[in-house]
Amino acid sequence: MEKFTCLTAIAVPLDRANVDTDAIIPKQFLKSIKRSGFGPNLFDEWRYLDHGEPGMDNSTRAVNPDFVLNQARYAGAQILLARDNFGCGSSREHAPWALEDFGIRVIIAPSFADIFYNNCFKNGLLPIVLPEEIVDKLFEMVDTNEGYQLTVDLEQQTITDDGGLKINFELDEFRRHCLLEGLDEIGLTLAHADEIRAYEEKQKQITPWLF
Amino acid sequence: MSAKTLYDKLWDSHEVRKNDDGTSLLYIDRQLIHEVTSPQAFEGLRLANRKPWKVSANLATPDHNVPTTNRSEGIEDPISKIQVDTLDQNCEYFGITEFKMDDIRQGIVHVIGPEQGATLPAMTLVCGDSHTSTHGAFGTLAFGVGTSEVEHVLATQCLIQKKSKNMLVRVDGQLKPGVTAKDVILTIIGKIGTAGGTGYAIEFAGEAIQSLSMEGRMTISNMAIEAGARAGMIAVDDTTIEYVKGKTCAPKGEQWEMAVEYWRDFHTDEGAMFDKEVILDAACIQPQVTWGTSPEMTIAINESVPAPEQETDPVKKEGMKAALKYMGLEAGTPINEIPVDVVFIGSCTNSRIEDMRAAAAIARGRKVAGNVQQALVVPGSGLIKQQAEKEGLDKIFIEAGFEWREPGCSMCLAMNADRLEPQQRCASTSNRNFEGRQGQGGRTHLVSPAMAAAAAVAGHFIDSSKLKPVA
Repeated sequence: MEKFTCLTAIAVPLDRANVDTDAIIPKQFLKSIKRSGFGPNLFDEWRYLDHGEPGMDNSTRAVNPDFVLNQARYAGAQILLARDNFGCGSSREHAPWALEDFGIRVIIAPSFADIFYNNCFKNGLLPIVLPEEIVDKLFEMVDTNEGYQLTVDLEQQTITDDGGLKINFELDEFRRHCLLEGLDEIGLTLAHADEIRAYEEKQKQITPWLF
Repeated sequence: MSAKTLYDKLWDSHEVRKNDDGTSLLYIDRQLIHEVTSPQAFEGLRLANRKPWKVSANLATPDHNVPTTNRSEGIEDPISKIQVDTLDQNCEYFGITEFKMDDIRQGIVHVIGPEQGATLPAMTLVCGDSHTSTHGAFGTLAFGVGTSEVEHVLATQCLIQKKSKNMLVRVDGQLKPGVTAKDVILTIIGKIGTAGGTGYAIEFAGEAIQSLSMEGRMTISNMAIEAGARAGMIAVDDTTIEYVKGKTCAPKGEQWEMAVEYWRDFHTDEGAMFDKEVILDAACIQPQVTWGTSPEMTIAINESVPAPEQETDPVKKEGMKAALKYMGLEAGTPINEIPVDVVFIGSCTNSRIEDMRAAAAIARGRKVAGNVQQALVVPGSGLIKQQAEKEGLDKIFIEAGFEWREPGCSMCLAMNADRLEPQQRCASTSNRNFEGRQGQGGRTHLVSPAMAAAAAVAGHFIDSSKLKPVA
């Protein structure tokens, strides 16, 4: 997994609540057996004017000029500003894969759906929960300042801008550590293989029908 | 010892170790696998040169991509075919039991687990699918995971997890006749919202829940995720044990007796504390129809589409406006005047034998209305299809003008050929009414099987008790 330490980038605002993973990456693209290549179809139904299918040449499709990701001022954005309950619905990890493949590394929202939130950390993506009034303020800043950039520092757990803004954010220590180091969680668990085996031996006595 | 909730007991009995950072290593008894969220996990295992920790803990079946017609001809869509073939190859390579597409036991993962007794009480169970919460109906801790965690469980039989908070949703008293489990869970989601359960494990309890069959309980816990909770669960009781008894993978003989004694403890202790409690009166619950693009946007069949102007929260107000626009609806329209184009009866929420019977009871002796372009019935598994045919339900549906299909996820998420055309309006027994969920531009209204069948024969939403009696 790619490490995350510090990032300075343009923030793009997606001003709707309850953005579900079906919207982040529609079902027809879930037929891929790969982990990569989902970026061009991120938010496919909102981003393009036609209906997207796997195998299409996305560079020739008509884009929806009203959709925020298509607006020139947000080109190259790596921070997504979102609303409540972002990533709800399906457990598809294709959603963080698509965001990451597109170039997004940080998502800031007042709340996230649990499974999506968890999936982000497996893919070098940092979801940050902030109080609603602070998220509102960031939406306002992005809207009124073209080219507005934020710096997200995971080491310090801060979000800053050029104008003196400084926001602290909270994160579980384990998740922070894994993201900073780009750790393989399976490797971490296998370091406890003896304890897993001991648990199984104990359970064989209590619930033998499961073994 | 202090009083524990059902969730506390499930958690404690599966904790391999507590880490210093507040997470735990949780043992996973069972993993269900399907073709969409597993290929990258198997690939990860191979790249790291790892083997499954406990092969027998896994059970696989293709469900999302499989066609529901002409199965003997295979899968027409080449990309879907690759995904299903990949599952077959991976299961063969790693030695995992799979019910392939042509196996009578094939079906939707969340239907076949309980059907086979692969889902048992007091377990931990995961699957790369958010509707894994379904299995919580057995007093089991069951939750959806992403592909990285599918791989993690394959490799280690464990997951690194942080414990959720405890929420109790209690439905007191008895449901009125004609009110189903689907109406109960939609009412709950309407009340607490699609993020109301975020961060919590929900226990559903109370007389109305305990009175439900296992099929009804599975419908309830299935949609816990639509209230934001990864896991929803219901205590083990006689109904649970009776259902599990005799299932293929259920314990037998002496182990059965031992298991029943063990399972009986999987309920919340008297005096246990919940972080949040929501209490509903069953008598107030009406048959539901969703009107918008989120499962919380639900109303009773005798109500009208709500007006965004009456919503004070600006973000919600915008959401309602966008939903009305997408759904092609006007505020104030009585929901029972809205005509439907398509009816879908199926999905991991409502494709079990009881659902088939409930829909057939409405369809019997009636005809699908002329304005309904397609009415699909998709049983949840090959065995349910077989059982329904034994009871003659297929004939009832076919005579009424419904199509009787092969098992799979089908039009719930439209990964196979079953999908809505833009602007088509569907009465669906599935679980999500998100934009584009059943096909780009498609408009989904979530309902119970009885409500879906009633909409099919009336041509519009209608309280099934108001249908004209069959001559």
